[in-house]
Amino acid sequence: MRNYILKRILNLFFVLFMVSIIIFLLLRLAPGDPAKVIAGEHASKEIIEEIRIRLGLDKPLITQYFIWFKQILRGNLGTSIRSRDSIMKELLLRFPNTFELSVFAMIFAGIIGFPAGIISAVRRYSFLDYVSMFIALLGVSMPVFWLGIMLLMIFGVKLDWLPIGGRLSVYIPLKPVTHFYLIDSLITLNGRAFFDTLKHLILPSIALGTIPMAFIARITRSSMLDVLHQDYIRTAKSKGLPQNIVIRKHALKNAMIPILTTAGTTFALLMGGAILTETVFSWPGIGTYVVQAVYARDYPVVQGSVLFIAFLIAVTNLTVDILYAYLDPRIHYQ
Amino acid sequence: MKKVLVLLLVGIFVTVAFAGCRTAEKAPVTLVFAKGDAVRLDPADVTDGESITVMDNIFEGLVQYKPGTTEVEPNLATSWEPSPDGLEWTFYLRKDVKFHDGTPFNADAVVFSFERQRDENHPFHKYGQWDYWGWCFGEIQKTEKVDEYTIKITLDKPFAPFISTMAMFTVFVVSPTSANEWGEQWFSHPVGTGPFTFVEWVKGDHITLEKNPDYWGEKAKIDKLIFKVIDDPSARLLALTKGEVHGMEFPNPDDLKNIENNPDLQILSKPGLSIGYLAMNMGEDTPGYQKELGDVRVRRAIAHAINKQDIIDYLYKGTAIVAKNPIPPTLWGYNDAIQDYDYDPEKAKQLLAEAGYPDGFKTNLWAMPVSRPYMFDPTKIATAIQADLANVGIDAEIVSYDWGTYLDKTDNGEHAMCLLGWTGDYADPDNFLYVLLDPDSATVGSAGNVAFYRNPEVHRLNMEAVSTFDPATRAELYKQVQVHVHEDVPWITLAHATQILVFRKNIKGFVLYPTGDYHFNATYFEGEG
Repeated sequence: MRNYILKRILNLFFVLFMVSIIIFLLLRLAPGDPAKVIAGEHASKEIIEEIRIRLGLDKPLITQYFIWFKQILRGNLGTSIRSRDSIMKELLLRFPNTFELSVFAMIFAGIIGFPAGIISAVRRYSFLDYVSMFIALLGVSMPVFWLGIMLLMIFGVKLDWLPIGGRLSVYIPLKPVTHFYLIDSLITLNGRAFFDTLKHLILPSIALGTIPMAFIARITRSSMLDVLHQDYIRTAKSKGLPQNIVIRKHALKNAMIPILTTAGTTFALLMGGAILTETVFSWPGIGTYVVQAVYARDYPVVQGSVLFIAFLIAVTNLTVDILYAYLDPRIHYQ
Repeated sequence: MKKVLVLLLVGIFVTVAFAGCRTAEKAPVTLVFAKGDAVRLDPADVTDGESITVMDNIFEGLVQYKPGTTEVEPNLATSWEPSPDGLEWTFYLRKDVKFHDGTPFNADAVVFSFERQRDENHPFHKYGQWDYWGWCFGEIQKTEKVDEYTIKITLDKPFAPFISTMAMFTVFVVSPTSANEWGEQWFSHPVGTGPFTFVEWVKGDHITLEKNPDYWGEKAKIDKLIFKVIDDPSARLLALTKGEVHGMEFPNPDDLKNIENNPDLQILSKPGLSIGYLAMNMGEDTPGYQKELGDVRVRRAIAHAINKQDIIDYLYKGTAIVAKNPIPPTLWGYNDAIQDYDYDPEKAKQLLAEAGYPDGFKTNLWAMPVSRPYMFDPTKIATAIQADLANVGIDAEIVSYDWGTYLDKTDNGEHAMCLLGWTGDYADPDNFLYVLLDPDSATVGSAGNVAFYRNPEVHRLNMEAVSTFDPATRAELYKQVQVHVHEDVPWITLAHATQILVFRKNIKGFVLYPTGDYHFNATYFEGEG
């Protein structure tokens, strides 16, 4: 087990190393010179050259890469070309925003997707099954951008139940402690901020959670169907156990592993910043940060953020894998 | 166990809910404006509009533009005078001004604000890159204190546009006390003398400013000004429609009809300091030169062949006005007497025949690969122009490169005709007519003048205008430059993009500036203090 974990951690570093090379190269291959973007039309050659030197863009690619790589090894993601602020600081500041939204999106996805999947499996080929699987299909195929705008139009503007975007109304003061607004408002006993934050979370959570919800529903259904055909279920049924006990105690537990994997991976992806959802709902998270950086050709920010996201995903996956070993004694890692 | 948990949760909710009932004082008058986020809040160390429009309200310069115009008027300086040779400018400062942190405003503050950018040995110099100083203030040799309320700026050559550049954000005066206290981090703790003081900046979310109660001039009419970050124009409009925000910038052109039909909203628009144009290469020494375009009759024919109004209506979707001059009508010195070439394909064919090309000719038309503030969707505009030209027999092939290469190659003169544009840095015709149309700027390889238009008379007028200090005389000289440009047609001037802001109907007093600055000091809610 220990060897396995060690190997996986080494593996993780290798993955991050490859990601760093790929993102570095991709950015350089994309057209557009950051020096030109900064200097604008008709800037003289000298000015552009001066900016290139200042940004280190005059050096050969290999040198540029190793300068960056050495920085990363020291835990320094560098500074933004535009704001010249520390990228790590900026990412850590935005991470709680993205995390809070991801958690709520997953809660939404689980609350709807999980029972829908179970019902579909237990009542296979029933009307309920068709309805929930149709919704799941719709959920996967719906463009998030469109869904977000529709939710805003209906619940934000027409019905006027919920706010249009952001994390907290600008009128409501909140002292940041952890930067998780729900926790901060609880700590500081700020009720207005607490409920206002909740209200702000609802629509983006639905928009962001719809695809994971559909995934979870489908995977729950197929995994449950698998288990329901096993011998031990037939045994349990023939023993005369009531249906709900069979499903809750025997089937569900065994069906959990693939569901957990899906949920875990999806959650990791959400934490990487949901670019579309964050843009539609003006959510100051990692996604919007990266998009702005791409527009501005802010290489270090894009590189740093992608690496940060890759790190989050890799660590989450590793954690899920290790958890298996404890959840399911049959799984052995060589 | 479960019951305990439930009880605990209920307890928390109740406490929290009641805790919320405490606040019931009269709310301050707050205006929320939706825009993109700022990058840095040090006025001398930014290049982006999103930062500048916030700082316009916190800081002030020695001079300012009269609201809504490009004319310079006193601000922190009550008066100024150039020496007879134009090399030394003396500014007399206001004596009743304090920075938001209590520091008195005086000559030392001005010297600090300017010298930190220019002098590499200045202790604050290392905290910034000072891009605009290098681009627009290169002629300043030094800034000195004469006495507590007088400063002197020395230039290396007489440069009349200097006074226009002094209204730029780059030379806003900052509090030396606060800058020295924060050092490298000062850019997120701005302290100026303006009508609003800085309160907080939650990055990616909002920036809050408060009315400066000790402001030396007319005090702001609102108590709080919040810039809410909403990047997506559709989301901005939803928030505005609902009333969560009171104003927004840059709506989608496609939404303009809806906005006009909404009785709760009003549109403010004004041509900005920009020009989008089609340059025709006249430089015989450039690789892209075609002798056809060297003939003024051909260039005039092209001017008659292109239907500008249609381009404005259908491609700019009404977010621009037709340009007949290289400078926008909101800039002083604009020559309104000029009659634009009308859209007349028959006349165009006739001119082409006169020039010896009755069957037209083959050429190329370069289209920018990116949308810029002065030109939305250049590819479509190029296609429209191509069709107009085909109509009179000119066969133009559309060419495009990635943006960096495009700029390089047009600087080199590899095009016959190219689309391009310009947004002025400061409100002075020199920033257009010299930078874009003077022979000095037509050097192959680094041309700002991509028509390679080299009229010695234009050069003479431009030079005379930068060494003359009387605004009226200067305006007259620039009007003559425009006459030459009109007759020689190095460009087809296409459009001046308008800046568009949308407000709720009850917001009054906001004035658009041609420079794109936002000043909220005169803005108020109708029906409230």
